[in-house]
Amino acid sequence: MTKLPGSLREAAGLVERREISPVELTRACLDRIAAGNGDLNAFITVMEERALALAARAERSIAAGKYRGPLHGIPISLKDLVDVAGMPTTSASRVPPRLPAHDAPVVTNLLRAGAVIIGKTNLHEFAFGTTSDETAFGPVRNPHDRTRSAGGSSAGAAVALLEGMCFGSVGTDTGGSIRIPAAACGITGLKPTLGEISTDGVVPLSATLDHIGPMARTVEDTALMFHAMLDGEPRLDRVPPEAAGPLWLGVPVPYFFDKLDDETARLFGEVRAALERAGHTLGDIPIAHAERTADVYLHIVLPEAAWYHGPLLERYADKYSPGVRLRLEMGRYILAEDYLRAMHARTVLRRAVDRALEGLDALCLPALPIGAPPLGAASVTIDGASEPVRAVMLRLTQLFNITGHPAIAMPCGTGRDGLPRALQLVGHRGGTERLLAVAASVERQIIGGDGSVGGGTG
Amino acid sequence: MDLTAWLAKASTDADARGLPALKPLLETLARSTQALRDADAEFSHPAADHTPADDAERSDDDQAAR
Repeated sequence: MTKLPGSLREAAGLVERREISPVELTRACLDRIAAGNGDLNAFITVMEERALALAARAERSIAAGKYRGPLHGIPISLKDLVDVAGMPTTSASRVPPRLPAHDAPVVTNLLRAGAVIIGKTNLHEFAFGTTSDETAFGPVRNPHDRTRSAGGSSAGAAVALLEGMCFGSVGTDTGGSIRIPAAACGITGLKPTLGEISTDGVVPLSATLDHIGPMARTVEDTALMFHAMLDGEPRLDRVPPEAAGPLWLGVPVPYFFDKLDDETARLFGEVRAALERAGHTLGDIPIAHAERTADVYLHIVLPEAAWYHGPLLERYADKYSPGVRLRLEMGRYILAEDYLRAMHARTVLRRAVDRALEGLDALCLPALPIGAPPLGAASVTIDGASEPVRAVMLRLTQLFNITGHPAIAMPCGTGRDGLPRALQLVGHRGGTERLLAVAASVERQIIGGDGSVGGGTG
Repeated sequence: MDLTAWLAKASTDADARGLPALKPLLETLARSTQALRDADAEFSHPAADHTPADDAERSDDDQAAR
């Protein structure tokens, strides 16, 4: 195959019409992995034999007239925190992996939809970082500039999509770990409403903040993945309708706009102007207490991560990356009183975001304040001030993990530095479908198929 | 626990465990914890508007005396 389909939807159409076979598609993705993974470190485990067997089964099934929907016969990847029966779940760590007896429910759901699981992707060790350079399997390199991070923690998933190594990926997001790599690499990533997709069978970071969600190349592909990942009867034929009529979008100032690099600010300004030209209404809206986000986040994620890792730290402390180990150790010192203080603040923040969204279709803001940082950077400079890279990268995403609102990151252009920038839309709790519809409208009307602002058809 | 005392104990423990690199992180954490505690009223901590009974009685007495 000389040219891979550009999207999951396109691949699905070709498979359904039997113009391409799942085996052919899977082999093409395996070829891409073989060609690019040695340098990019996107995959930890490539499940070649199993993937080809699944693809062959899908092919027979489709030939027999039993087409299951758009995921049938389509190669997808899983972040290597997600259990697949009989395969090690490494969490990108030198800590000995767990060997699960059962598939995670999200894997069961994807297999039921006919997906071909092609492999398990690299990440920041135990999902506890945003740069994916602390991993036992080599730093994940950004295809836009291989000296730069692909974000994190679900970086391998984003790189695999960008490089045509798969058509959909499963990521996890505790403070932005789906949306940050999506933004850094220029693909789309959805954090659904808290609890919407089961996190069972996924190595936890924070029981309160963990979300699992889809990553793909377009909003439509992301929606197709999302529907296949849900429990219950598959809703495989559903494509998000675009939101009808003008949108009402809130721009959450000032906190989310305090620390943006010049290119992120410029491209967001272009998106805002393009949305207004298209007839949508954008208004500034403050979110009460937003400036407390990082303190609240820290006092939830650190002790919850320390709780899970405590027994492992006792046995395998020297196996962790030094930075990850120190962050986990920090969590062991937080007092229960301060943890509960943060959990109380969480309920207040949730109401504050609910209030900000009243009467709006979505909040609209950048997903990442900067372009992808250099691999290994501890700090970045914004407006002449040095800022810790991890804090900056989490700044625009982590509030919505605290509050549980659905949020999607989607490309909104390329900066003059050659690095992608991304828009983030945040919807009402329980309104992930509606958020996808809003995002589909914005993608079609504003972003355009080439990822450039104003390149859309509407 | 007062955060100055907490930081001293945590830093001593980090040293004892052979983790001196943890100490600057604990100092950062202490600042974050202080900020969170300082925001109790802002986050409507359930005890923030608690008026002790003896204070309330004293206030009643003051009013009666006037």
